[in-house]
Amino acid sequence: MNLLNIIGEIEKTDPEVYQRLDTRRDAMKQFKKIGSRIALASLPLALGSMFNKAYSQSGNALVLDVLNYALTLEYLEAEFYTKGSAAAGLVPAGAATGAIATIRDHENAHVAFLKTAITAVGGAAAVVAKPTFDFTAGGAFGDVFTNYATFLAVAQTFEDTGVRAYKGRAAEIVMGGDYLTAALNIHSVEARHASHIRQMRKNAGHAPTLKPWITGKETGIGAAVQASYNGEEVTTQAGVNIVNINGFAISAAAASEAFDEPLSKAQVLAIVGPFIK
Amino acid sequence: MPTEILSGKATPDINTKVENVSRRNFLRYAGATTAGGMLLVAACKKDDNDMNNGGVDLGSGDTGILNYAYALEQLEAAFYTQVVLTPYSGITDNEKALMTDIRDHEIAHREFFKTALSTSAIPGLEVDFSTIDFTSRASVLGTAKAFEDLGVSAYNGAGRLITNPDYLVLAGKIVSVEARHAALIRDLISNGTFADNTVVDANGLDKSRTPAEVLAIAASYVKTKINASRLPS
Repeated sequence: MNLLNIIGEIEKTDPEVYQRLDTRRDAMKQFKKIGSRIALASLPLALGSMFNKAYSQSGNALVLDVLNYALTLEYLEAEFYTKGSAAAGLVPAGAATGAIATIRDHENAHVAFLKTAITAVGGAAAVVAKPTFDFTAGGAFGDVFTNYATFLAVAQTFEDTGVRAYKGRAAEIVMGGDYLTAALNIHSVEARHASHIRQMRKNAGHAPTLKPWITGKETGIGAAVQASYNGEEVTTQAGVNIVNINGFAISAAAASEAFDEPLSKAQVLAIVGPFIK
Repeated sequence: MPTEILSGKATPDINTKVENVSRRNFLRYAGATTAGGMLLVAACKKDDNDMNNGGVDLGSGDTGILNYAYALEQLEAAFYTQVVLTPYSGITDNEKALMTDIRDHEIAHREFFKTALSTSAIPGLEVDFSTIDFTSRASVLGTAKAFEDLGVSAYNGAGRLITNPDYLVLAGKIVSVEARHAALIRDLISNGTFADNTVVDANGLDKSRTPAEVLAIAASYVKTKINASRLPS
């Protein structure tokens, strides 16, 4: 049984087999190393496991699902900031207008980038359509484009939720190579946005004690957005209690701030649902 | 500059305290990876000579990546510990509160990795902050900005090297907090630069860096030599 021949055969029907396996280079190296020693009978099992990983974890369907999920959230943010920027008299001139424009441009760039990535994987037809949004969330934020405080509160919720949403699906594309890196590179930009929006709200006097990071499950906004913050209060990570860890005076507040928590797809869709018509 | 602030020296009796913490599950997968990783070393040692300098060995596989993160958190925690100990001249109450928060976050990260890695953890690193003027706001915030942006790019770049999904999520939980720090520090230096085009590209993407790139930048602040030759790539 010649392993390289087997992969060569697969290459005839899937020219990208080496590329797929290359994203799992470690597995491949181990495979080569143990291949010469392993009992012949167990080879099909080893092979099957290797290809399962290569095809299921970074498989097109999963990658497309995660990218379209991300795109839907970016559509929401992009249209929100585009409308907010265009609303006369909403955002004060100067630094605030500059910051909102910066964020708007990033969100629109994310939309374009994700569309390109999705098209590359699954063709143009695989790109999910932009939903019709209702940024008042059925009236809960009726003055979102006329009241600066409401606008920033919704912005904060979108950014903090976005950060949690990307995190919530990262595990599904573990070892996902370039797609994972791209998702991470968007994820940290959303966190930068969240930090700035929270500072804007503090400095504008909308939430005088608000910090750039999330303390406990405090919203700084109110019950309407509590679902975006529930679960952020945890102070234990991988079984390790962070409060006063190893004798250092780390408060529960600091312990919760030091780690942002993920949200599942179902949780995010429940949060975003009211904003989609 | 005192280096006692690093985890090893000014720390209460860590080794006895962490014994009670259940972390066997956390490391179970890393242990398996390490075994595999050691096989790899024999197979491809010749590729890895560039980072093999005989220094503190980060290890291989996921354990190596966690130690890499632990090394960076040691650097950040030591820096902010000093910032809070000797505040720069003209520091406001608001800035002092923010620096104290960041210090606590970085200590939490550092001690988390130390505890989780247990006997696989690298020792405390010795830092070199001789180029930093801790009395100067510009020097301190400039260094903080460099460290935070570096940390964000390090976690972003390391994500693809992690094989255990739980560790990937943990790294994700930390990197967004580092990004919150980075944005805040940048805004303290110049409001509105939280995500300017020096860190975010035309596609709206943050930077990611490989461990080799990150460690080369960090090396000017770390006296201890770090050997990253067995990290996955």
